[in-house]
Amino acid sequence: MWHDVRLIAGKDLRIEWRSQVATGQVAPFAILVLVLFGFALDADTVALRTFTGGLYWVTVLFSAVLAIQRSFALESADGNRDALRLSGIEPAAIFFGKATALVVQLVLLEVLLGAGVAVLYSPSVEDFPLLVATAGVATIGVAAAGTLYGVLAAGLRVRETILPILLLPVLAPVLIGATRAFDDALGTVAVNGWNWLALLGLTAVVYVAFGALAFGVLLEDS
Amino acid sequence: MSPAEVTSTGSRGTRVIGSIVLAGIVFHVLLSFVWSDPDADQGDLVRIMYVHVPSAWLAYMAFTVTAFGGVMYLWKRSLWWDLVAGASAEIGVVFCALALVTGSIWGRPTWGTYWEWTDVRIVTTLVLLLLYIGYLAVRRIPADPHQRSRRAAVVGIIAALNIPIVRFSVDWWADRTLHQKATVKLGGTELDGLMLFALFFGLILFTLIYVWMMIHRFRIAWLDEQIDRHGLDAAIAERLAESTSDVTRAVGLTKTGADL
Repeated sequence: MWHDVRLIAGKDLRIEWRSQVATGQVAPFAILVLVLFGFALDADTVALRTFTGGLYWVTVLFSAVLAIQRSFALESADGNRDALRLSGIEPAAIFFGKATALVVQLVLLEVLLGAGVAVLYSPSVEDFPLLVATAGVATIGVAAAGTLYGVLAAGLRVRETILPILLLPVLAPVLIGATRAFDDALGTVAVNGWNWLALLGLTAVVYVAFGALAFGVLLEDS
Repeated sequence: MSPAEVTSTGSRGTRVIGSIVLAGIVFHVLLSFVWSDPDADQGDLVRIMYVHVPSAWLAYMAFTVTAFGGVMYLWKRSLWWDLVAGASAEIGVVFCALALVTGSIWGRPTWGTYWEWTDVRIVTTLVLLLLYIGYLAVRRIPADPHQRSRRAAVVGIIAALNIPIVRFSVDWWADRTLHQKATVKLGGTELDGLMLFALFFGLILFTLIYVWMMIHRFRIAWLDEQIDRHGLDAAIAERLAESTSDVTRAVGLTKTGADL
């Protein structure tokens, strides 16, 4: 199974690497959102620094929606979905493969956004391990839920509009948890970020487990 | 019975339930507005609770049924369960919105604001409402019935799995809550007898309203399904009949032309 997971993840990442859509469109979009927040908050440095965690994660979620749509747009062309189903690869392996490719792309995007935030909002980092752990766990949660809803929306005529309306409410706990943990790591609010990380971990486990189980049911649809 | 023969979704059972519900609504209005006393602290404001609490209860019950219907659909692959889940979600969304609106109206004089972010239950309920609006959107996407049911079942189950997570995260996030905590206590109850009775009567009444709406909504959904299934056959038959009569008419016209 892990061989198949690597195969699927490798395929997605290779296509991304060659098409450069993630680097050429999703990443600039993410930076653009950071800049727009700057305009919306009237370039108030104190406000931007205070809300860095929240703004960062909202940007990640919006960009993730684009990345997820992209990940499944790859499969809808040229009957790729049929090919995937005919390949005999277990649906759970396809789920883990696609989710892994998304995690890799989102982590790269988060690093870039981190650099953007550091320059544009100038926050101070007080707990670096918490920051990294939060980003890692939250990304797994986003990728798992995103992969499940991505396959559901793929192939629908309304996929661009249905994906955000389904995905974003489900990711509300991830947004709350990751923002709170970041608040602690950046020292903007006195909360226990590690507790929030534990909650994020639980959320990620639920999404990964349910996603692996339900992916096959949705893949039948295509 | 084919859909063409059905003239109503009512039956003896629904008429009995409907009559009880109508009488119950009259009784509940009198109980809530006339017979029960104003609360010592909240005054007349407490009366909105007799609608707000049962609405919230009904919404949570309806969403539980939706999730259960989704699980049963995936297990049995029977459209019956899918239609139950869909009907329940629609009713749940309406009453969830009603619970939020009545909660806001109650909140304005009580908290001085329509919306209180630090209150766990209203924020959780709003996220819940958004999740199930998404569920209904998925159901409305044109698709083969089983395809639609599979998608809806997965979305319904995720939404239900999310309820405790959202609840927990909002609870932590808000740190403190303005919501009334366990007002109805066993033993030393804070609500007096008639007020407590009004609240519980509301719960029973709203449960009956749910049952009545579910039966009707389910039957409409089932008929819709039948029309979809038989609709194409009927349309083809009708078109065939039309073309046959066209031919007959055309032949008739030629004959008339030849006669002239």
